[in-house]
Amino acid sequence: MAKHVELKNHLREIFYFRLRLAISIGFVLLLLATLLARFIYLQAVRHDHYQTLAESNRISIVPIVPNRGLILDRNGVVLAHNYSGYTLEITPNKTPNLEATIGELSALVEITPKDRKRFNKLLAERRNFETLMIRNRLTDEEVARFAAQQYRFPGVEIKARLFRDYPYGTKTAHLIGYIGRINQTDVEQLEENDLAANYRGSDYIGKTGLEQSYESELHGATGVEQVEVDSGGRAVRMLSRTPPSSGNTLVLSIDAKLQEIAEQAFGNFRGALVAIDPGNGEVLAFVSKPGYDPSLFIDGIDTQSWDELNNSPDTPLNNRALRGQYPPGSTIKPFMALAGLHYNTRSPSYTIGDPGYFTLPGSSHQYRDWKKGGHGSVDMFKAIVISCDTYFYSLATEMGIDNIFNYLTRFNFGKKTGLDLEGETSGLLPSQEWKMKRYQQKWYAGDTVSVGIGQGYNLVTPMQLAYATATLANNGVGYKPHLVREVRSSRSLENRLIEAKPAFDLQIPTAHLDLVKRAMTAVTQPGGTAAQAAAGAPYRMAGKTGTAQVVGMKQGEKYDASKLDERHRDHAWFIAFAPAEQPKIALVVLVENGGHGGSTAAPIARKVMDYHLLGKVPQPLPDLSGEWVEEHD
Amino acid sequence: MTRRQLWLRFIAHLDLPLLSGIGLLMLTSLLVLYSADNADWGQALKQMLNITVALTCMWLIANLPLHYLMRTAVPVYMLGMVLLIGVALFGEISHGARRWLNLGVTTIQPSELMKVGVPLMMAWYFEKYEATLTLKNYFVAALLLLMPVALIARQPDLGTALLISASGFYVLFLAGLSWRVMGGLLVAALASAPVLWSMLHDYQRHRILMLFDPSQDALGKGYHTIQATIAVGSGGILGKGYLNGTQTHLDFLPERTTDFIFAVYSEEFGLLGNLILLGLYSFVIGRGFIITANASTYFTRLMAGSITLTFATYAFVNMGMVSGILPVVGVPLPLVSYGGTSMLTLLLGFGMLMSIETHQKLVKT
Repeated sequence: MAKHVELKNHLREIFYFRLRLAISIGFVLLLLATLLARFIYLQAVRHDHYQTLAESNRISIVPIVPNRGLILDRNGVVLAHNYSGYTLEITPNKTPNLEATIGELSALVEITPKDRKRFNKLLAERRNFETLMIRNRLTDEEVARFAAQQYRFPGVEIKARLFRDYPYGTKTAHLIGYIGRINQTDVEQLEENDLAANYRGSDYIGKTGLEQSYESELHGATGVEQVEVDSGGRAVRMLSRTPPSSGNTLVLSIDAKLQEIAEQAFGNFRGALVAIDPGNGEVLAFVSKPGYDPSLFIDGIDTQSWDELNNSPDTPLNNRALRGQYPPGSTIKPFMALAGLHYNTRSPSYTIGDPGYFTLPGSSHQYRDWKKGGHGSVDMFKAIVISCDTYFYSLATEMGIDNIFNYLTRFNFGKKTGLDLEGETSGLLPSQEWKMKRYQQKWYAGDTVSVGIGQGYNLVTPMQLAYATATLANNGVGYKPHLVREVRSSRSLENRLIEAKPAFDLQIPTAHLDLVKRAMTAVTQPGGTAAQAAAGAPYRMAGKTGTAQVVGMKQGEKYDASKLDERHRDHAWFIAFAPAEQPKIALVVLVENGGHGGSTAAPIARKVMDYHLLGKVPQPLPDLSGEWVEEHD
Repeated sequence: MTRRQLWLRFIAHLDLPLLSGIGLLMLTSLLVLYSADNADWGQALKQMLNITVALTCMWLIANLPLHYLMRTAVPVYMLGMVLLIGVALFGEISHGARRWLNLGVTTIQPSELMKVGVPLMMAWYFEKYEATLTLKNYFVAALLLLMPVALIARQPDLGTALLISASGFYVLFLAGLSWRVMGGLLVAALASAPVLWSMLHDYQRHRILMLFDPSQDALGKGYHTIQATIAVGSGGILGKGYLNGTQTHLDFLPERTTDFIFAVYSEEFGLLGNLILLGLYSFVIGRGFIITANASTYFTRLMAGSITLTFATYAFVNMGMVSGILPVVGVPLPLVSYGGTSMLTLLLGFGMLMSIETHQKLVKT
């Protein structure tokens, strides 16, 4: 009986399944009928319409590339703009014999081996059906000569294009950066961000500097033209047009003149300078020496120039201000002093007797002061003014690395400043945890001693030190540094100002600030380490010199600059702000292998401040690089 | 064993009508690829390699007895789920979506595996509980479907998620899900549409909106639809002739060897060609239905029905997309578009169909 029921169920099941199958078949037939109906509609009913569109007058969708936004300094001086010019371009897919074509072309217009090399490079990395430039900046005569012969060259055409130009060239290279041709990596990036449609027709994209970090503002929105083209591909009639909108204009906080003066003040030295308005975080000058010519990169740099730039011992492509990491040396001392006051490790009046060296309890190793024999009795004020190492060795040791780490972190050491440029490095503020992770070693008391005078594991970027100096100048209220002040929209009159918002307030007691600032002011007065550079200034400057060792020295050895290879000389630092009472500018100067902060870095700072505060333009400078003054910070 | 015996054994588990239908579609693929690649054999040759690999796999599957096939259901499904979760956690992002898993040696797209894995698992599940099916079982089966679909939709890969949903739904439908429940689901789906809409990525919404007005995005995705529709329409009754499609050869058609290959075919062979192509697809689908009707077990019926219906859906969705009645979802034209993965997935399905057909024949005799 049970068997019978099961069998019956089985038959029923088959019946239901077949029913469902029949419904499925009906469903598929419906889908097929839908397609068939659509095909009949498109290919029979509306065929004439589509035939017209496709055959006699094909619709071509032409992207119209927007003008790239300008970059201006704070006073409206142009730092990046576009100019129009003619280029000769080849579409390789439409050109039967490339080599022969180029050969014949060179009879009409001048094609240098450099042009050919660049073309071959473009050819190697081209995208499908792209037109590639063989010559740029054609003269009117060359344009006329080619136009008359154009019929002989299928796939070769003259294009009017906008070119990017950087009037300040080398001087703003690390700041403005450059644009370059869109390569495969860029294409993938754009597709990933769903921006590929807006870059149809665009050949260039920001590669470094502000051109890169503000690419989305500068590029603009691509327009589109629907045109009818005849069978030869020539446009016959325009059907519709959505105009492009130009990229937005960037107005920087940079003062181009100040930038230029700062750049020139370095002479032949390598180094970096960052000047900030401490009251709002606006970067006034941003220099990395040496610079490079950004225009070399726009249409693809040739191998020879690339090798020169890349292999130069001066590393001109390295953005020292943003990415260079150096020991801060004595410039860390004002911050160390604030930490000491904060943790009550030192009172302002506490005095040490300086024998010229420091030893850790139970050790005979001597940590030497820069001055043999020492400075006698030293309190905090004097320790900053004369840059007494012994004082800070003992301060750091008593404070301990944990406190140092915690306090300096608040001044943003060891962290990126968040400047609106890509590629910033974060420096290094060492801690016990870091050393364990990096070296699998515990922290030794001796490590703390060197950190006290900004040597040892400590590394800062000029940008970081500038941020910390500006924060100190502004009484512990930090404004995040930024280069762009305003974004001017091309579409509307609406301008977006980058608002100055305090990022943090360290709430440093006035008494602490007062002491450190007075000491830093005394640094630039007679008896201080930067007295010479500040002499005769009608405003008061607060500052601190520093040197960063490039070569380590053995116990008992004496540093003798004249004996050292130039590239092994110490790096010179100077941090400063002025006027000391109401700072309008805070800056950092780093001179690589410059020796002492007071003699090489501080004079550069003086020139920059003289211009910013007094409008004084320096006289043509004597060449600093040959000069060598034996002096100490 | 004579050579003839060897040959007979070799083809014993192949379904010749089905194979001939597939073969003709593959031949079409090579012909159209040659044209789409601007009269160059490059893509067609690579496609030949894809076809060879896929046919080999199909032959292996076709020779696999059914109980082995059933045994793979759970492991394949589990592997697929593990990989999908892996993608969600460690997947590589490309084109704004997290679909690929980098195994060091190669990157894989686990959602492809699930195109076979999900219906296989569901059919296996129904077979297991065949005797005592209650509403609860349908619910569990639906869950087996929704888990991978949710993971794939999150990647986001809406097209694949919808297609796998379809193949799973076919299993539910063929397994006899009651009309009342289906009606309820439909209402629920309509009600949840606004919620789903809010969960979509901007680009997905954009794609859906664009369906109604392709000209809105003339530089981006709308361009594909506009140009493909022109290609199909201008083909007319007889087509422009092989290698003579102006849309194709003047570079107006995007992705013309992959998702939009049907536009190339349609432009050059016209309505007549389309009829032939629809005929070929109908033949393959029809053969699939016959195999389904003959299938002897619950598992094989569900599996065969789902494979056949899914194949029909792929073909419809692609041709609908190219001719402008469906949104651009990135589904290749089955057996014709260039691509190794989709070829392999499809032929694994056909291998199963052949195994279903030939193994039970042997059982019967």
